[in-house]
Amino acid sequence: MDILDSNMILYSAAVGLMLIGIGGIVISNHLIRIIFGIALLEAGANLLLLLSTYHEGASAPIIVDGNVPAMMADPVPQALVLTAIVIGVGILALALSLAIRVQSAYGTLDMREVRLKLEQEISDEAGIEMPSSSHAPAVITAGSAAAQQEGGS
Amino acid sequence: MRRFTAALFLLGLGMMIAAIYQHMDFSNTAVNAGQAINAVAAEETGAANFVTSVVLAYRGIDTLLELTILFTAAMIGGMVLGRRRVDAPRDPDAGFILRTGADLLFPLLLVVGMYIILHGHLTPGGGFQGGVILAVAFFVPLLARPGITLIDQRVVSLVEGLAGATFIIIGLLAMLDGKEFLTPLLDKGEFGALISAGTLPILYLAVGIKVGSELAGLLAHLAEAEALD
Repeated sequence: MDILDSNMILYSAAVGLMLIGIGGIVISNHLIRIIFGIALLEAGANLLLLLSTYHEGASAPIIVDGNVPAMMADPVPQALVLTAIVIGVGILALALSLAIRVQSAYGTLDMREVRLKLEQEISDEAGIEMPSSSHAPAVITAGSAAAQQEGGS
Repeated sequence: MRRFTAALFLLGLGMMIAAIYQHMDFSNTAVNAGQAINAVAAEETGAANFVTSVVLAYRGIDTLLELTILFTAAMIGGMVLGRRRVDAPRDPDAGFILRTGADLLFPLLLVVGMYIILHGHLTPGGGFQGGVILAVAFFVPLLARPGITLIDQRVVSLVEGLAGATFIIIGLLAMLDGKEFLTPLLDKGEFGALISAGTLPILYLAVGIKVGSELAGLLAHLAEAEALD
């Protein structure tokens, strides 16, 4: 395969955007960066979809002043991407509103801290000690609601 | 360690996608639905923009479902953010330049948005793009003056519901006529004229107003979110 083929460059750009997006989602701990990763992934996916029927030299599938171009691009992926972009905006706004709620509830957007606080909250609610690992058995704390219920029955 | 495994994962994913691409010839897809549509769309729908023909005529029901996704996102966004407390502090107004710019932009954005929606069947553009511009028209003043209530959420819901109902009713009218759901109706008119392509411009107007009001409501909710410490 010719590495300098223009199609190859375009495809690499689209796949590269997707990989950067996925990398951002997997590696970063900050919620806003994860949302940016989603946005990049979406851009890459849209570009890939458009490129899937790309023809060099094809014009847009629109007839202007009755001139029918010799070769027109495929309108189907364009229609798909058209709606996907708008939906992407809606999804981003939804993700950001969830991030606002996380910030107001936990005071941080760092996922490590949020996860820790979430774990703490679940343990308090269930009346057990914070598990040292996900495989550790649950230890009921003395004086908790669960322990009193146990004694009463 | 986590970064290393993530990098390894990405490397593997990239190689997998590259391997898939080695065996695909994407420019010459086996399913040439697009070229077939290009050949008959002008005759069948009367719209000069074939993307519009695909969005509204050939896969109109998909567009309806996509509008539903957008509606769900907007609704859940509103639910998640909730109402602000009455005494919650607000951001101060923006500076003179942004305020004046917002005043000047508001009518301009409305006109451009409506133009793009109404010419969706003739030129690049249409309900989705124009709808976003309409939403931005209502969002820019909110950025300039965080305190004002430019749009009533109930009015937004009403407009949105009416636009969605229009889309579905036009689809049902086609069924009353004995055709399939969302088949374009009415006279196709003169090819390339503003009033042509039957019901497609009306459908796109409904889409534009629905997208615009949904996004405007969602952005207003985001702007209304209480200022964080």
